[in-house]
Amino acid sequence: MIALVDYRAGNLSSVKKALDHLHVDAAITSDPELVAQADKIILPGVGHFSATAVLDETGLRSAIVESVKRGIPFLGICVGMQWMFDSSEEAPETPGLGLFPGRCERFPERVKSPHVGWNTLVCDDRSRLLRGISTGSFVYFTHSYRAPLEKATVARCEYGGEFSAAVEKDRLFGVQFHPEKSGATGLKLLQNFCGL
Amino acid sequence: MKGVQFQQLRDAGDPAELAAAHSEAGADEVVLLDISATHEARATLCDTVRRTARELFIPFTVGGGIRSLQEAMAVFDAGADKISVNSAALANPSLITQIAGRYGSQAVIVAIDAKRIKLNLNTDGGARFEAYVSGGRRPTGRDAVAWAREAEDRGAGEVLLTSMDRDGTGAGFDCDLTLAVSQAVRIPVIASGGGGDTQSFVDVFHRGGADAALAASIFHFGLRHLADLKRELQSVGIPMRWPC
Repeated sequence: MIALVDYRAGNLSSVKKALDHLHVDAAITSDPELVAQADKIILPGVGHFSATAVLDETGLRSAIVESVKRGIPFLGICVGMQWMFDSSEEAPETPGLGLFPGRCERFPERVKSPHVGWNTLVCDDRSRLLRGISTGSFVYFTHSYRAPLEKATVARCEYGGEFSAAVEKDRLFGVQFHPEKSGATGLKLLQNFCGL
Repeated sequence: MKGVQFQQLRDAGDPAELAAAHSEAGADEVVLLDISATHEARATLCDTVRRTARELFIPFTVGGGIRSLQEAMAVFDAGADKISVNSAALANPSLITQIAGRYGSQAVIVAIDAKRIKLNLNTDGGARFEAYVSGGRRPTGRDAVAWAREAEDRGAGEVLLTSMDRDGTGAGFDCDLTLAVSQAVRIPVIASGGGGDTQSFVDVFHRGGADAALAASIFHFGLRHLADLKRELQSVGIPMRWPC
């Protein structure tokens, strides 16, 4: 059973709907115990990075950290992925999980922000998350801050410079874009994650 | 439903079926605007949203008569990814901030219906545009560009800008209007109203500075094939999601 973590950050129903479409057993939950028992965890999120502070307050952060230590596959989406890094300029007082090094930053002034719309990926073909998704594939972004490129980056995107569109390390996965709104490509990615 | 210059209405079919068809045909996003927006129609709207959202895996925006945070919440719960506010936002701009505060700016589109003000020029000689509300029936006396700036300040994530002069005519977008707004705000501007031949789309991107273009009549009534249009735009160097 996949736990779809509800921490009151935006709209979860689109992700649930995509998982339903893939006939994957998933439950929306804000209960740390259910999260701790899940086979896989998905952390979605739109909105402000500071919303992730709720994860500390509710015991969800501990549940996630414990599960991740046990090797439970974890997928962060959008702000959910940004939270896997050390921090974000958007809310400097809110610490991220620190699973990936670096600080999320806003886009440079020369480009329109937020970065909204479809854009292409440059994919690392060794990625398990992106299996069957080739470089040049379009996915849907909507964000004002972006994660830096680092060793675990498996997909890059160009907008005001290159940034991490997807990260992957062992059983940790993060995507800046919204797979639940990225048509067939997004569904394929979710299917890859669920099939691990 | 689709209006021609906001006055005559033609029935194009079931929104849920149309949305699915357009998604299949390669639309990047779907916008459902409830232009009747009467009290009786509200419950049917959420039902339509639910049915439409069910098999849609591209961004889905819903607007039309959303007057409060509660109404927005009902629409989000029914499956919308973004909502669009128009008249209610102009009357009470803090509504934008309220909804953006709860769902994030990226979920809030402010729709602006604008009409050229004849014989009324800016100090630099450019055209001026007035914002209208209530399905384009009521002039507000507000400058459309200034309102777009305020909407951005209040937390709007995108502007859906419709030229009332061009809407439904297929005669081309109003590039002056689009450019004026696109240069005034940092958030994305979706041009709407007048999309027709390929050149009209090329123009609104190149001359109008639009970040996106919305069309309805020409697709609903089978006058253009979405994939063909995207292919043509891509061939003249306008980045397009392809294959779609």
